[in-house]
Amino acid sequence: MSRIARRFAKLSAEGRAGLVTFITAGDPDLSVSAEILAGLPKAGADLIELGMPFSDPMADGPSIEAAGHRALKAGTTLRRVLAMAAGFRKGDTETPLILMGYFNPIYSYGVERFAVDAVSAGVDGVIVVDLPPEVDAELRVPAVVAGLEVIRLATPTTDSVRLPRVLDGAGGFLYYVAIAGVTGTKRAAIGDIAAAVARLKASTALPIAVGFGIRDPESAAAVARYADASVVGSAIVDRIAHGLDETGKPGPALIGDVLSFVASLAAGVRGARVQAAQ
Amino acid sequence: MQSVSARPNTYRAGPDEEGYFGLYGGRYVAETLMPLILAVEKAYSQAKADPSFQAELDYYLRDYVGRPSPLYFAEPMTRHYGGAKIYFKRDELNHTGAHKINNCLGQALVARRMGKTRIIAETGAGQHGVATATVAARFGMSCTIYMGEIDIARQKPNVFRMKLLGAEVKPVSSGSRTLKDAMNEALRAWVSDVEDTFYIIGTVAGPHPYPAMVRDFQSVIGKEAREQMQEREGRLPDTLVAAIGGGSNAMGLFHPFLDEDAVRMIGVEAGGGGVETGRHAASIIGGRPGVLHGNRTYLLQDDDGQITEAHSISAGLDYPGIGPEHSWLHDQGRVEFVSVTDTEALDAFQLCTRLEGIIPALEPSHALAHVGKIAGDLPKDHLLLMNLCGRGDKDIFAVAERLGFDI
Repeated sequence: MSRIARRFAKLSAEGRAGLVTFITAGDPDLSVSAEILAGLPKAGADLIELGMPFSDPMADGPSIEAAGHRALKAGTTLRRVLAMAAGFRKGDTETPLILMGYFNPIYSYGVERFAVDAVSAGVDGVIVVDLPPEVDAELRVPAVVAGLEVIRLATPTTDSVRLPRVLDGAGGFLYYVAIAGVTGTKRAAIGDIAAAVARLKASTALPIAVGFGIRDPESAAAVARYADASVVGSAIVDRIAHGLDETGKPGPALIGDVLSFVASLAAGVRGARVQAAQ
Repeated sequence: MQSVSARPNTYRAGPDEEGYFGLYGGRYVAETLMPLILAVEKAYSQAKADPSFQAELDYYLRDYVGRPSPLYFAEPMTRHYGGAKIYFKRDELNHTGAHKINNCLGQALVARRMGKTRIIAETGAGQHGVATATVAARFGMSCTIYMGEIDIARQKPNVFRMKLLGAEVKPVSSGSRTLKDAMNEALRAWVSDVEDTFYIIGTVAGPHPYPAMVRDFQSVIGKEAREQMQEREGRLPDTLVAAIGGGSNAMGLFHPFLDEDAVRMIGVEAGGGGVETGRHAASIIGGRPGVLHGNRTYLLQDDDGQITEAHSISAGLDYPGIGPEHSWLHDQGRVEFVSVTDTEALDAFQLCTRLEGIIPALEPSHALAHVGKIAGDLPKDHLLLMNLCGRGDKDIFAVAERLGFDI
């Protein structure tokens, strides 16, 4: 059983949904980012998405775009992202680590080499925003050979005609993008999310993680009542941005502040179904 | 995907069903956009097969745009260089002053067939923005144009024209604040407003079907030029020259000639301060294949696959990529790619203005500069056809600044 499958099995045994946290590798710099990453499991992250920064993040809003630019300015490269993943894995053998980003840096690195190096760095899965099912074979095939799970995205525009295409070949879990929009902007109505999760559950046995527009413990908890996991990205990245001084340097409270925010999200997610049952 | 191979039976069959020209093209977009792109593809292929669509397009091209654009024998330039006979395809005489309207008109008619009520577009020099705002005004659609802050500063007249035409111009402040970033922002806007909105991409790039659709709408340039040259000289031209940013005017001119082996084709990229300086916009000459804005193509990028900024005096060529069909034609060896610097383009701009009484846009000034490099060495019966794809009124402020005039 893969690390991702084991983690969802454990969550299911505990009768709760998971918290998936996103940070961009190298934001605001490589060492602070590595420290945040190392602290995430203890703060309550059940799965971790680690963003691979890209100069032109077309599906992201201003928060994650700015995080990517900070990371690139700090000298982050795909090779360094993989090194960071390997460093994380030395201290944590159980928390699934998923790389998320855009195709060009991977294509430039070499797709097969990326898949092999990611697996040996202890990475479990990859989400590539600009590789829809129609074109993802060029990554998916070498990834599957190397043992890297390719996680697919479903969105409000993925209708019932299209859904089988998205599910065919999907690995790890299904990431439901709750809004038609970019990260960190709109919020979906919880009723719409519940209906979408139910629709997806009827078509797949994969766990469903829901992201986009989840910004605080309350919204993370609301989603956790229906989905297998709540994904929070922009709101965490905003905390990082908030902890920078006027020259862009990380202030002394940054890491602690980010991790305590994650802990509050985790408390929301963990209490969600208990609260709902009462 | 097909692999690169020996000369195909035809260069005009692409793309394949998945939108590839050899290795290049494809549909590298977020899942949210995928259903929209498939809907655009379906609507376009239905329109293409519908004679009433072509008739409607022809009507507007003639009576609204003013086509066919003339084929003009540039006698003073020909005398000046003393070699090949130089002809201009005068797409700068189109309504709105450039070739961009050919494509906008076609896409607006497709959008109307799809029942869309809102148009968005990206723009660099502002020519595509103006053309888009124009067709949106004509067909009563609301219109938002995304434009980099730097381009807004250097293309003020076009910004005002777009506003007069009723479009909202949204400044883009991310990244290099030019065309690439405007395209990112337009794609984001499309993802966020999927129901009513049609995205009119201005060049032969983006996810399938855009590269093929834009090429088809721009091919009117080459089709007319073929007939006009036959009528005028009794044969086809020997060499075609066109400027290339994304490459829509060049593809429009080249495509109807691709299977004529005797016709040489040269695409002129923007060399900025010189390709060797790293400050340029020459994707083929100074870049390598990668994936951006929905397609695989030659891109300016660093060793880590991060897109680097393009540099050109011409806002319309200031883009770090090129249409995927050009990338394929380059690998096939069918089209030659060269580059021309800012300074060379400025010299050509002034020369054409004084000799021909035509103020060319800075974009075709690059093509003109290359014409100047080769015309003198070609025989007098050599027919050299250049696409004068835009007029330079929009550029006079930028040129004045560069030449040290205060206007």
